[in-house]
Amino acid sequence: MLNRTVELTGPIDLAGFRQAARQLLAEQVPPEDVTWTLAYQGLSDLFAEAPSNAAVTHPESASAHEASPPQVPVFFLPLCQSAILHREPRRFALMYRLLWRLQHQPGLRHDTLDPDRRALEDLARVVRRDMHKMTAFVRFRTVADEHAVGPLHIAWFEPDHHIVEATAPFFQRRFTNMRWAILTPERCAQWDGEQLTFQPGAHRDDAPPVDAGEQLWLTYYEHIFNPARLKVKMMEREMPRRYWHNLPEAALIAPLVAAAHQRNGTMIEQGPQDMIKRRPAAPHPARARSTKS
Amino acid sequence: MNIQQKLAILADAAKYDASCSSSGTSRRDSVGGRGIGSTEGAGICHSYAPDGRCISLLKILLTNYCQYDCLYCVNRVTSNVPRARFTVDEVVKLTLDFYRRNCIEGLFLSSGIIRNPDYTMEQVVEVARVLREEHDFRGYIHLKTIPDASPELLAQAGRFADRLSINIELPTAESLQSLAPEKDGAAIRRSMARLRVHIDEAKEALAAPSPIISRPRAAPLVALPPRFAPGGQSTQMIVGADATSDRAILGTSATLYGSYQLRRVYYSAFSPIPDAPRALPSQAPPLMREHRLYQADWLMRFYGFAHDEIVPPGDGMLSLDLDPKLAWALAHREHFPVDLNRAPRESLLRVPGLGVKTIERLLQTRRVRRVRCNDLSVLRVSLKKVLPFVIVADHHPGRHLDAPDLARQLQPRPAVQTDLFDTAPC
Repeated sequence: MLNRTVELTGPIDLAGFRQAARQLLAEQVPPEDVTWTLAYQGLSDLFAEAPSNAAVTHPESASAHEASPPQVPVFFLPLCQSAILHREPRRFALMYRLLWRLQHQPGLRHDTLDPDRRALEDLARVVRRDMHKMTAFVRFRTVADEHAVGPLHIAWFEPDHHIVEATAPFFQRRFTNMRWAILTPERCAQWDGEQLTFQPGAHRDDAPPVDAGEQLWLTYYEHIFNPARLKVKMMEREMPRRYWHNLPEAALIAPLVAAAHQRNGTMIEQGPQDMIKRRPAAPHPARARSTKS
Repeated sequence: MNIQQKLAILADAAKYDASCSSSGTSRRDSVGGRGIGSTEGAGICHSYAPDGRCISLLKILLTNYCQYDCLYCVNRVTSNVPRARFTVDEVVKLTLDFYRRNCIEGLFLSSGIIRNPDYTMEQVVEVARVLREEHDFRGYIHLKTIPDASPELLAQAGRFADRLSINIELPTAESLQSLAPEKDGAAIRRSMARLRVHIDEAKEALAAPSPIISRPRAAPLVALPPRFAPGGQSTQMIVGADATSDRAILGTSATLYGSYQLRRVYYSAFSPIPDAPRALPSQAPPLMREHRLYQADWLMRFYGFAHDEIVPPGDGMLSLDLDPKLAWALAHREHFPVDLNRAPRESLLRVPGLGVKTIERLLQTRRVRRVRCNDLSVLRVSLKKVLPFVIVADHHPGRHLDAPDLARQLQPRPAVQTDLFDTAPC
């Protein structure tokens, strides 16, 4: 059997993958005979030798004789939608292999512990976590824009996977009435109040530097921390160090941890305090006005 | 006093509240609105402090002036801490500024009691009203409710907030009496009951189908029922400031979940506060105790354990060395081994090392084939912990389950430090 090479248009070309997969299934091409590559960077499948006699398929050119869609269980497409965003070069091969096996092993759709399915789910889980961390750790800074009505909010972020297109709609829903841009090394997303657009990657220096208002956030971070209960490992698990260089508050972590050891020592050494005299609770905010209570 | 100084004092004053959850409210976004904000089910932790707690909300006090003299509280009237007070406008601006930077999911506002409970509650509600009505803010709002405030104010708070909470503070009425003499345990429970009624009513109204009336050519009328704290209510209990046992604490929690339908009970290990009175311990209880209580709480809510079977007989305290599920299994070996291919879900939930999601997968898979050891590895469960208690197609624990030193074998190595363990409370 002839080896086949499928060339997808980009790292998250799900439409292309689906079209190619249908065609391959219709022609009964088994997964071990397929090599998946990306058009813009040549061969992406680092772990496979490119077969010299490969027939290169371009999914878009195959639409003339489109095959009927294969029957897949409901979990499969959402799983692929997430897993395809992973950087793992073998993701297309894994997706096609599971698809192939689902067509040929009737019981497989109920086997939630199948190793291929678990592997794909692991990719999807990592991607969803990366997307979640993006919604959490993107930090906007405001720049004035003379040409427009309101200010522009710009963030610099470095995701681990190809998640910018998939995550941008979250920010669109949350900040519909703001104009914003999220810059990343691979893709940039921009919302002008009406349309979400994507551009090629940017550089860190394209994002604005620290502004004065950020100091308030740092003050908050410093004071919401309870030095009596230091759990640095827990913090690092949820906010891994690779995100720190883009989080302004991360610069405070080391000094806060160092000070915490010292502060607790002092509090316990000092021991309990004698009570002060009771005093009236609060000054009234508007002393000028007469109080009615 | 400038805004930086106020923020420092009033964040310091708020940090002893464990909750920062921003999940479980109604889904909404700012499409079609004037302002900013969205909530999409799962909460988001925008940062983590070195204490391992998530920072999801701007958690501050409106003021830390307080008339009350609750001994465990850093803001009690007899404490020497510096005092400050935000204006309504300052809190609104801070919330919107942090939100625009994508630093927070919303606001968690609480306050010391100034002048009287109603006056204080009015101020707290006013912040939420301005955010919602004047700025069309659609992010998350959690308001700490003052138990003695009037029912009308509670009702208003529920219209603007996603979640309301009233702190039960201490697990027993006696402790509350001795450590927080001005707080009224009965009033706290009355307010919780009142909130429950409101929350239930709003939920029912939302669920009730609207009557079908045929009106040709008329635009459909959509009258949403008034919302009331769609994220429900929660509370917090301080652990280790008094002598209450874990058994009594879990008993109180069970009542709170049962009677008032709380979403969460937060346990806060008493931390030695600056300027502490003599009646309190100057050492914190082990943070592991707080962690074990959270694990036990989980067992009650998701694993079908009754509150009175989790704590072993004796001094009424949970083991600090073993997690409560493992401790229960070791003490009840007659329930094991459990056959993962045959046993009902309730029995699977009792197996140490198996979580709810893992169990759902096992149940699905065993419909089409027999589960084997390798499947447990694929699920990344701890084989060392699970295998002594289960039968699978290619494994039977045999006499291993009866080994007298099984507890010692399963005990985590003692060198492990407490901070490796903790789960975030939110």
